[in-house]
Amino acid sequence: MKIAVCVKQVPDTWAEKKLRSDDSTLDREAADGVMNELDEYAVEEALKVQEAHGGEVTIVTMGPERAGETVRKALSMGADGAIHLVDDAFHGSDALATSYAIATVLAGRGFDLIFFGSESTDARMSVVPAMVAERLGMAQLTFAQKVDVTGTSVTIQRVTDYGFETVEASMPTVVSVVEKINEPRYPSFKGIMAAKKKPVETLSIADAGLDVSQLGQAAAWTVVEDFAARPPKAAGTVVTDDGDGGIKLADFLAAQKFI
Amino acid sequence: MSEVLVVVEHADGSVKKVTSELLTLARTLGEPSAVWIGPGYSDAAAAVLGEFGAAKVYVADGAQYIDHPVAPRAELLASLVADQSPSAVLIASSADGKETAGRLAIKTNSGVITDAIGISAEGIATQSVFGGSTVVHSKVTKGTPIFTVRPNSTPPVPAAVTATRVDVSVAISEVAMKAKVTGRTVAQKDGRPDLSEAAIVVSGGRGVGAPEGFAVIEALADSLGAAVGASRAATDAGWYPHQYQVGQTGKTVSPQLYMANGISGAIQHRAGMQTSKTIVVVNKDPEAPLFELADFGVVGDLFKVVPQLTEEIKKRA
Repeated sequence: MKIAVCVKQVPDTWAEKKLRSDDSTLDREAADGVMNELDEYAVEEALKVQEAHGGEVTIVTMGPERAGETVRKALSMGADGAIHLVDDAFHGSDALATSYAIATVLAGRGFDLIFFGSESTDARMSVVPAMVAERLGMAQLTFAQKVDVTGTSVTIQRVTDYGFETVEASMPTVVSVVEKINEPRYPSFKGIMAAKKKPVETLSIADAGLDVSQLGQAAAWTVVEDFAARPPKAAGTVVTDDGDGGIKLADFLAAQKFI
Repeated sequence: MSEVLVVVEHADGSVKKVTSELLTLARTLGEPSAVWIGPGYSDAAAAVLGEFGAAKVYVADGAQYIDHPVAPRAELLASLVADQSPSAVLIASSADGKETAGRLAIKTNSGVITDAIGISAEGIATQSVFGGSTVVHSKVTKGTPIFTVRPNSTPPVPAAVTATRVDVSVAISEVAMKAKVTGRTVAQKDGRPDLSEAAIVVSGGRGVGAPEGFAVIEALADSLGAAVGASRAATDAGWYPHQYQVGQTGKTVSPQLYMANGISGAIQHRAGMQTSKTIVVVNKDPEAPLFELADFGVVGDLFKVVPQLTEEIKKRA
């Protein structure tokens, strides 16, 4: 089985994020880069499928050179190899452009399963897995809290507002996962050492056969007009409970007309 | 005035509140037409959609829209966009809604903006990003602008018209039906409002300490007619079902009132609730960062404060 896992390097989940004043893109220098948290679950799930069914796990990422750290982390968890799309002209690409680049690179490589985290912690759009499925004409099995592979059939539990749906498709298929699905492994020392020797295919826009006019900020389908930090919230009232905290809280809710 | 398509969110035949919000918002951009996808359209639904200004309701009631996730909906909408040339498409910011918007964007070669909290008459969307720390204004520059809009961001205002039904039948492609829904499992139906739509949300976190601890959170929620939420610490620990998680990896909510109990307020959680209109925090740790966001905070044991509050609300009702 050939399995791909698409991962993204994002600013550290715990860091305050901001936009750049020059071009309104995410300031990726302001914080340490880490693998998007939900993508760790995608890597873990891919490795579990590989352990059960055999095959090969390939990491796919698009991002600046430093995103190589995220590739190495995924390799040290146990993936076999990676494809890293890196080109200055990717800068400012939106979801449509990103899905175009990823889908083009994945197409024709014979992947049976293409895993994603269900959203990135920076852009939080949750659209790229569906967009890649759309471009590749594949089934989408997204927001999975459980994945079962039997023969050529894949069944997931898709998280919904009221519980979950059981959704089934034949491979090849796109799968995105939520964090409930598993507990990602930590890279072992052996894994970290082994990752240094694993193959990483680095592709530029030209190498990947991509049309540069569809990529980058100039080609984006949306434009940021302006942005500003939300004005700091005026300090509220904080009281210490002396046995009547609940009553004081009720007074506040009454004053605000909630009760 | 140009036509604006509004995709109806409905459950068990009833129109969800977010749809009346989207219809209200759509009226600032043009003339709203509702799009009802799936079975269950009724006179009652038409009445609600008409009340909020939908003169036309496109109805596509085939089973394929519920038997196969997302892709058939996007095909239907792409066909409507091609036939009607609307000036914009508005969809609720649910998981399905965002994915539908993403696929539609590719099919129509159009830009998409997700999680808008407002849209101006010029089509400039407002988004609150990075856990609510930054406000961004942006617009679509190519194709038919597609917006997904967060629930609770526009107060619904009626503008009654008579909704005329227009049946739409689109042959859905084989490729859009590759994924098939084979079952639906309803987690405990708690009778409370939907978390993402609720006007009041009462949440519990690490401080709740155990699954049984959520009884006090639920009691408070029920005294207010509120939805129950939970922080990731609580859902990861298995104290409360995952679908109630509020935060960066869970739901984003923006209710009129958010009450956080025993939640310290890591960015993980703040990202999901920071744009709530009024925030109340109960925590025994005076240093809990969530107090910075509180309109009203109580430093104290939630197991004392919350039941007392619940009693007090019942007394005053």
